[in-house]
Amino acid sequence: MTSAATSNAPRPDVIRLDGVAKQFGVAPPALDSITATVRGGEITGLVGPDGAGKTTLMRLMTGLMLPDAGTIEVLGHDTRTGAARIQAEIGYMPQRFGLYEDLSVQENLNLYADLRGLAKSERPAVFDDLLTFTDLRPFTARLAGNLSGGMKQKLGLACALLKKPRLLLLDEPGVGVDPISRRDLWKMVEALTEEGVGVLWSTAYLDEAEACHRALLLNAGKLLFAGPPSALTERVAGRVFKLTGAAGRRRAILACALEEESVVDGVIQGEAIRLVVKRGADPATLRAQAGTEARIAPTAPRFEDAFVDMLGGGPGGRSKLAEATHARPADDGRPVIEARGLTKKFGDFTAATDITFEVPRGEIFGLLGPNGAGKSTTFKMLCGLLKPTLGEGRVAGFDLRRDGAEARNRLGYMAQKFSLYGDLSVAQNLAFFAGVYGLAGALKRERMALMTEIFDLGPHANLSSKDLPLGLKQRLALACAVMHEPEALFLDEPTSGVDPITRREFWTHINGLVEKGVTVLVTTHFMDEAEYCDRISLIDRGRSIALGTPDALKARVATPDNPDPTMEDAFISLVRSSSERAAA
Amino acid sequence: MWWIRLKALIIKELLAVLRDPKGRMILIGPPILQLFVFSYAATLEVRNVDVMVLNRDAGRWGYELVQRLDGAPTFRRIEHTQSTAALHDAINRQRVIAAIHIGPTFSRDIEAGRSADVQIILDGRRSNASQIVGGYLSQIIASVAAETPAGRQAAPSSVTVIPRNWFNPNLIYQWFMVPSLVANIALLIGLVVTALSVARERELGTFDQLMVSPLRTHEILIGKLAAPMLIGLFHVSVYITAAVFFFGVPLRGSLILLYGSAIFYLASVVGLGLFISSLSKTQQQAILGAFLFMVPATLLSGFATPIENMPEWLQPLTLVNPLRYFLVIVKGVFLKDLPLSEVAGNTLPLAIIAAFTLGTAAWLFRRRLA
Amino acid sequence: MTVSTHSVVNGSRRGSTVRLAALVHKESLQILRDPSSILIAFVLPAVLLFLFGYGVSLDTARTRVGLVIEAQTPLTQDLAASFQASRYFDVAVARDRRAFEEDLVLGRIRGIIVVPATFATDFTARRNPAIQVIVDGSDTNTANFVQNYAQGTVGNWAAMRGAETAARPPAINVQSRYWFNSELKSRNFLVPGSVAIVMTLVGTLLTSLVVAREWERGTMEAIMATPVSATELLAGKIVPYFLLGLTSMTLCVAIAVLLFGVPFRGSLLALYALSAAFLVPALGQGLLISAATKNQFLASQVALMSAFLPAFLLSGFLFEISSMPTVIQWITLLVPARYLIQSLQTVFLAGDIWSMFLRDIAIMLLIGSVLFLLAARSTRKRIA
Repeated sequence: MTSAATSNAPRPDVIRLDGVAKQFGVAPPALDSITATVRGGEITGLVGPDGAGKTTLMRLMTGLMLPDAGTIEVLGHDTRTGAARIQAEIGYMPQRFGLYEDLSVQENLNLYADLRGLAKSERPAVFDDLLTFTDLRPFTARLAGNLSGGMKQKLGLACALLKKPRLLLLDEPGVGVDPISRRDLWKMVEALTEEGVGVLWSTAYLDEAEACHRALLLNAGKLLFAGPPSALTERVAGRVFKLTGAAGRRRAILACALEEESVVDGVIQGEAIRLVVKRGADPATLRAQAGTEARIAPTAPRFEDAFVDMLGGGPGGRSKLAEATHARPADDGRPVIEARGLTKKFGDFTAATDITFEVPRGEIFGLLGPNGAGKSTTFKMLCGLLKPTLGEGRVAGFDLRRDGAEARNRLGYMAQKFSLYGDLSVAQNLAFFAGVYGLAGALKRERMALMTEIFDLGPHANLSSKDLPLGLKQRLALACAVMHEPEALFLDEPTSGVDPITRREFWTHINGLVEKGVTVLVTTHFMDEAEYCDRISLIDRGRSIALGTPDALKARVATPDNPDPTMEDAFISLVRSSSERAAA
Repeated sequence: MWWIRLKALIIKELLAVLRDPKGRMILIGPPILQLFVFSYAATLEVRNVDVMVLNRDAGRWGYELVQRLDGAPTFRRIEHTQSTAALHDAINRQRVIAAIHIGPTFSRDIEAGRSADVQIILDGRRSNASQIVGGYLSQIIASVAAETPAGRQAAPSSVTVIPRNWFNPNLIYQWFMVPSLVANIALLIGLVVTALSVARERELGTFDQLMVSPLRTHEILIGKLAAPMLIGLFHVSVYITAAVFFFGVPLRGSLILLYGSAIFYLASVVGLGLFISSLSKTQQQAILGAFLFMVPATLLSGFATPIENMPEWLQPLTLVNPLRYFLVIVKGVFLKDLPLSEVAGNTLPLAIIAAFTLGTAAWLFRRRLA
Repeated sequence: MTVSTHSVVNGSRRGSTVRLAALVHKESLQILRDPSSILIAFVLPAVLLFLFGYGVSLDTARTRVGLVIEAQTPLTQDLAASFQASRYFDVAVARDRRAFEEDLVLGRIRGIIVVPATFATDFTARRNPAIQVIVDGSDTNTANFVQNYAQGTVGNWAAMRGAETAARPPAINVQSRYWFNSELKSRNFLVPGSVAIVMTLVGTLLTSLVVAREWERGTMEAIMATPVSATELLAGKIVPYFLLGLTSMTLCVAIAVLLFGVPFRGSLLALYALSAAFLVPALGQGLLISAATKNQFLASQVALMSAFLPAFLLSGFLFEISSMPTVIQWITLLVPARYLIQSLQTVFLAGDIWSMFLRDIAIMLLIGSVLFLLAARSTRKRIA
């Protein structure tokens, strides 16, 4: 694919950072003497936990912000003196990409073509390319506000690419985008590098970082690593294992394992557990806890394993939240969440058709699907945000239509679109949600104190929640959602854009709660997150096209070529074959 | 149970507007500043105007008239000129609002017992002020006329008019303006704060969070209602205090009646705000929608011009305007000790407006869910 | 690739024109798509003019009063008849003032005119006859009107009676001429005020909202990272709202002149020159507010308090500036609407008086350039 000529030629540096520092107010420096380079013709991944300074670094590179110390040279221009020339030659896609929602796709393209000075004569060809590239051709007349998340992201990228930039800065382009669109995005960008464009791709999805030519790892404003991802992955070689054969108790086993001194990191992958151990530690000792049927075998390390290892390992396996939660006895075996023939029509358009499933107590159920396929609609019908056109939804036995308030009292809700009150402080948010769920007096104080302690919110209690770093916001959102000990938790892309460490902490809590009998419904675009689910419903074009355990779904797409497919492989393959059937 | 939820929601609504120092400043500072600026500025009285005199008369009566004009407190400055061109120019360029032209035969005519002419030119562009100035000038001239020989003979046929100003003996403008501003400012703040509160939550995505909580639609509405009402009551209280202690407006009626009806007034204002916000998709639409209601509402309230002076067909339109009723109440309770029956009679329409707008807003919110 | 040709385009003036045109085009589409901007720019002006044209006027129409004739004589009946014939009053007659007292408290009538029992004898005997005019002081404006017109009516009547009995001309004959607006229609001077209100809403409120929205939604950051310069960015906002302001002004004037017959004695040149000059400070203020707040809620409140209310109350539109306390008169010097309104009243009713217009235009431009300078300082192409 890559032409020999470009791959052999030495790639020129497009960005040179020399001792760059930036500080906001009296806070610890957002960036602290960063020295690095980004090369043309390749994708450089910019990774790091939330608040590491990724966005600040990108803004500094665009010249929209100036460093306190050090110099930044972009395409040969210093950002202090040459911001205008830099902005003329780069493409930048900020996190919340600036699409005008009340303009159509074509109008957004026209606007950015004019702003970037794309000659009129070249436009037909460029638009044609980009629309093909992004599959947006059928939607040119649609308002950008009515596009699905993935399509918006693609349109954003198309706008940044209109005049082939020499350098492309992408700030978390994969957030909220389904795996298929994410792959498409990646391919679009990769094609650019073959023409010599330099790309800086900031991301919290480490599988993306792993595919980059080089990666810059930022933590707390410091550059921890710069080089090919494989060089970082090296450090955990031989320390990554997969534990299988403990299906029923995998969550409990993971929680124990993570408490072990020798275990650096651990996540659930369907029926299996992936573990990273300390240098020199013997994984065999872990099998003792897992029981006799458990097998443990080495497996290939990933960038994420090394990332977590580099940052000093993941959080422990104990969830103070779960420990403080009262166990719910497995009672009559009645399902906690029920969807029966849920159908939703918006005018002529059917967003969801006859969705049926049941989630028994203590299970994690995942809703997966491409952007705009109807999973959000289904999710909203089940938590009472939308009234179904047909069918019924029940939570804890209460019909959402008739006893909506009763049902809502028994569920906790946490949305990706961080839905806390930004103008209120941390403590005020907690107090509000406590009150809304009817907690008062001593009980309210006790629960608030407990949440503050469990999630370590004490030092930030008086900060406005909009000023918190993403990781803390996410903790606070979870605290608010579980304050009233709900029977069912509804999580809408709960860890979207959140770094792996925070994500692990989050799932430690969720796993703990599930062990205590809490039932979870989760939507996600993040395939690692899907692996935590007991069962998954894959939704495409408003219908459930597959329902089963993660391993069962993976098994359905296994081929001789790919005997051990990933969740992402399963997702893409199942959606593609459903589309083909629909087309046929 | 429900009051715990509601209390939490009301506290949150108050914090959402008041916790941010900028928001706090903007909601508390300017309205109080406005009270002082506008209660002095918004006056239809005419004072301190400049007039010009062209006196071609060399005799005693012309001089007498000029002296009287000079002594009149209404005029700030009396300019003198000898040329008609200068006089016209001064009127054209609005340097003076009126010009008095005394002809050369003025004194002669008076002494001869003939009717003497004085010409007054007034700037019709400021027709209100110039009419009032015209009135003043006529009075001054009449007072001169009464002393002429002819005038003294005719004098007994003149009739003395004894003015009696009930409720406001000295016709102090602030006594009218300050109570009216209480009603106006509450409308202004209440409408915008409420209209924005829902639109803002929608834009930021927190509205979903409210909808999945056990709060019922009517509880959300009450919560959204309470905070702007409390802010409104705060303003009303500040204004009433300032009216009584700073401006010396007599509070003759019952404070309880005033607050009782104020609650219904604020409920109807906030109801309208919620109604507007249930129709808007964005904050911009909510704000502009509030303006679109507010401007005509102020004009059709009887604040600047009496409602009975409006054309018959337009008057029914004022019946849905809460400001109309509360203006009657607030001025009435302050100055007239308005009886309970009359306060109740004006509060009832407010209650109906509130019930209607809140009911419709609730219905629209529920419909959005479907 | 064609990189080299692009950079030529970018550097040239043409590139700048293209970018500006694109921003203006974008903004225009947004204006046309959002019903609320159409409402504020076209519907509100129409409503305002309609109200001023048909409904709300400061001209005192017939005011309801009670007339108490304590003793019926031919003389008092004659006086009553002259009140009934007055175009200022809508008179109800009674014997006893108590019949009207409640009505006055409840605001059903605006005044009571009492002709005492002794009036007729006093008048014939020339013993200083008096009548009493009781008004509702809670509405000082109407109270003043009633007092003045009652005095006028009685005075005219007395003069007539005096003339009848003595056949003597008045000692001094006052000839009042109301220049420019001889019929004293308040609509004629309210129209320029409405124009100022509408242009304030479009120029300041709407502009501050749309810029604040770009900050809130993050589109500002994306735009800033393109080759667009800060000047182009500002101009991209100014041009469409400038044109929108002029359009809605034109609508106002067209309705006023064509539908309501308000005279238009000046030139279109003066009208547009003044309106354009006014939009400079209006837009400058809008941009400054949004740059300082970056938040639609705050922007709307600040625009309301610092632009809309002053244009309404401190501009001479409804209330006479010279009657305000000195400190407030100083404040009005900073209100651009003040200069627009006095000049527009002249354009409509008097004609072109350029010496006045040029002074007002110069002041508006001066205020505008200060505001723009401040706005430009806070809208440099920097995020933080």
